[in-house]
Amino acid sequence: MTGFILKRALLAIPTLLGASTLIFFLMHAAPGDPTSMYIRPDIDPAVIEQMRKNLGLDQPVHIQYVKWVSSFAQGKFGYSFSQKRPIADIIKDTLPNTLLLSGVAMLIIFTLGVLIGTIQAVRQYSLLDNVATVIAFFFYSMPSFWFGLMLILLLSYKLQWLPASQMTSVNYEFLPAGEQWLDRLKHLLMPALALGVGAAAGVARYMRSGMLEQIHQDYVRTARAKGLSERVVVFKHAMRNALIPIVTLLGLYFPFLVGGAVLIETIFAWPGMGRLIITAIFQRDYPVVLASAFVLSIMVVVGNLIADILYSIVDPRVRVEESEA
Amino acid sequence: MAPEGDVHGVDTAVRAMAASEAPGVLPKAPARGQPRKPWAVALSAVVPGLGSLAIGRVAVGVWILGSWTIALGTLATSTEDVASTLERGGVGDWIALGTLGVTLVGAWLWGILDVAVVATRPVKRTGVSQWRIAGRRFRGNRLAMIGLAIMVLLYWVTLLAPYLAPYDPNFQGNIVLNRYQPPSLDHLLGTDKFGRDVFSRILYGARISLTIGFIAIVISVTLGILVGAVAGYFRGWADTAIARFIDMLLSIPRFILLLVIIAVFEPNIFVLVAALGLTGWESSARIVRGQFLALREQEFVQASRALGYSDGRIILRHILPNTLAPIIVIATLGIGNVILAEAALSFLGLGVQPPTASWGSMVNDGRDAMITAWWISTFPGLAIVLTVVSFNLLGDGLRDALDPRSRV
Repeated sequence: MTGFILKRALLAIPTLLGASTLIFFLMHAAPGDPTSMYIRPDIDPAVIEQMRKNLGLDQPVHIQYVKWVSSFAQGKFGYSFSQKRPIADIIKDTLPNTLLLSGVAMLIIFTLGVLIGTIQAVRQYSLLDNVATVIAFFFYSMPSFWFGLMLILLLSYKLQWLPASQMTSVNYEFLPAGEQWLDRLKHLLMPALALGVGAAAGVARYMRSGMLEQIHQDYVRTARAKGLSERVVVFKHAMRNALIPIVTLLGLYFPFLVGGAVLIETIFAWPGMGRLIITAIFQRDYPVVLASAFVLSIMVVVGNLIADILYSIVDPRVRVEESEA
Repeated sequence: MAPEGDVHGVDTAVRAMAASEAPGVLPKAPARGQPRKPWAVALSAVVPGLGSLAIGRVAVGVWILGSWTIALGTLATSTEDVASTLERGGVGDWIALGTLGVTLVGAWLWGILDVAVVATRPVKRTGVSQWRIAGRRFRGNRLAMIGLAIMVLLYWVTLLAPYLAPYDPNFQGNIVLNRYQPPSLDHLLGTDKFGRDVFSRILYGARISLTIGFIAIVISVTLGILVGAVAGYFRGWADTAIARFIDMLLSIPRFILLLVIIAVFEPNIFVLVAALGLTGWESSARIVRGQFLALREQEFVQASRALGYSDGRIILRHILPNTLAPIIVIATLGIGNVILAEAALSFLGLGVQPPTASWGSMVNDGRDAMITAWWISTFPGLAIVLTVVSFNLLGDGLRDALDPRSRV
């Protein structure tokens, strides 16, 4: 098992290196360089030249690239132009927020998706199944940013149930500990729902078909024949096997979540990586764009790794085939 | 034993598939082989489609009658537009007039032909091709047909936007009196903060979304076919290199990659199309690769190799046509994703630039007035949902028709 994990982790390294290379050269293709925003008629070109030298921009591309990769490997992401502080610090502040948001969204995706898909499969072709299929289809085709806005419109403005933005209320500091938790939960609910609901509809679809496949198998009939209750048959026998392919979706939804987080964090003013990259793009803060794109890529790669490992746990055949190959 | 001449064994397989299909799953074949009925032809000549309906070809009749009625209705309500087109029309106006004319004449001709020729053709008893079976299965899928109808209508609307839109999409009018008007008969879906008509902007926004969606998907699928074909056909180091490259690309979330590309090059419509087209080809490449890996070992490919055909000829003429079905499916389902990505980028202000109407940027425009003017953000979003739903319905229907085993 450890061997399998180690092998997978080692395979991830060249992938990440490649990804960072791609991002680096893309950024290098940009017209101008970071010093061009200081070019003004009242500034001596020599000063600009000195700045380029200080920043190492006068060196050949491959030297810059090697320096950049080696400093990234050491966790040194450089300095943000707009926020005037080390990027590593900024990421330390924002990454946990994104992880929290996407973690809760992931939870929503899988609990909601698995539950609805199972109910649909058990009650195949019932009114409930058909209605759920139609609704899921719409959510699946819905832009998450629009759904988020509609949630705000309905739940925040019209009904005033949930706060529309930020992670905490203005008076968060003065709330008693118990209410602080409630406050955070309230702020978390809507963005996580907006982020997760589309993918949850997708999971429900897969779960429904996977469950239907299992329910008609002989072992399920045997379980029923033994006189087990329907609940045990569905949740203990059929569902366990139907869940195996669902685990692979986990890895599939990581990039989706990260991309969606950009939009959802922008809408809900959630101080995470997605919002960071957007503000950095508008401020032309290229080092921050580079670093956050890289960190988000790591998130995806690590997510895939976790999905692989989980898959090998629920379906040990994968591991055996790997080692034989 | 496969019959003589059935090199691929495909025909037997298809026949077995058709035979195993439960009765009722295959739609009833449209009424054919009827004697020609002059009264029905005359009926269709007066009102296209009515004749088809009368002789029991309901689905075709509904299509013809529907498109003819919609076109006629458009013409009736936009006589002034037509007059101004004839007088001093731009390219867009002439395209709109042309589309209208083609639709009217086309529906009329189709209506007559359907009754006079198609319906009288004898029912073919032999040689049912794979595509014909798929087509029949597709026509029997009501949801897929709805998707197709919406899609056709949407593309039609994009061409006819100048006639259908009650206002110019960028016309502001009296900005003080006209802004934030709620939906009314004057402004069907209200006006935005500059007093522009939301309905007209949605119609013009359809142009952007559908054009970008179509061009980008053509680019990305072509790229996917090229890469997948090379990897699957030549295998070896090319395959390994491509697989690694795809792994690497997939580790950068597509949306982040799009953001970086657009941040580097100024956001405009060409960069947007290029970026959308050059990302997201990985899935089609993977599918094409898989198909090539399987097909290259088949006898008919070995036979062409034995005959000394060049690799290019084998790839293009022999293997590629057999991978067409999954490519069509993935392209259709991909358009929905591309439209969503375009809307998201425009929403962030990194896509189509103002004042050009795009559904994503319209949703964004409405954000600062959500409480007072909910309609600005809501309706463009609904347009996106409708479009993506129609493409997904169509894609699902195509997949079910072309490859019933992969049904989810």
